[in-house]
Amino acid sequence: MTLEKLGTVPLYGVGARVRVRRAAPLGHIRTPFYIRGHAGVVERICGAFPNPEELAQQRDGLPAQPLYRVRFRQKDVWPGYRGGASDVIELEIFQHWIE
Amino acid sequence: MIERGHHDMGGLPAGKVRRTEHAYDDWELRVDAMMMLLIGVVGDSKRMTVDELRKNVEALAPADYDKMGYYDRWVISLTQTMIQRGVITSDDLARKLAQVQRRGLSPISRRQRTKGR
Repeated sequence: MTLEKLGTVPLYGVGARVRVRRAAPLGHIRTPFYIRGHAGVVERICGAFPNPEELAQQRDGLPAQPLYRVRFRQKDVWPGYRGGASDVIELEIFQHWIE
Repeated sequence: MIERGHHDMGGLPAGKVRRTEHAYDDWELRVDAMMMLLIGVVGDSKRMTVDELRKNVEALAPADYDKMGYYDRWVISLTQTMIQRGVITSDDLARKLAQVQRRGLSPISRRQRTKGR
């Protein structure tokens, strides 16, 4: 689904530094626990998609939420990370999980 | 407050991952096919979303979640979803299961039982 079709405007651009919300709501959540509260950089905007938290509950998930691929440094995410300092992990995060 | 769902295990200590391919049982292929039909990846009818599948997998009791295989979780979850959506009722399911039990094992399940898992 393209952004144009849905008319959803992403709040963040490529390169923006963003932080994942730290929250633990009930329901079906696609944002992994381990990444909540961590900061990374927007690597790309993947498009906009119906909100899976709503789709899981038989609702239409509209308006669609922009989805970002966010790049995090491994050593920021895992305490005591022993790999290379430049190692990264990328996750796809919906806009409403970003602050 | 539930901080972290049981299924949400990224980053937790775990055993070695087996990186070899393995063959699927006939029933597993059937479950996969059923799912493709229900979410409308194949065919025209869209009876559920993959997000509902995930929601109901996540709702499994932790002990059940741990001992079940991938397609065990799927078949339980898609059945729950069909009940939630009113495609079938719990009563339909109970009666059908009893009927199947009376009939005895199907040739496919008999074959799989002797094959062992």
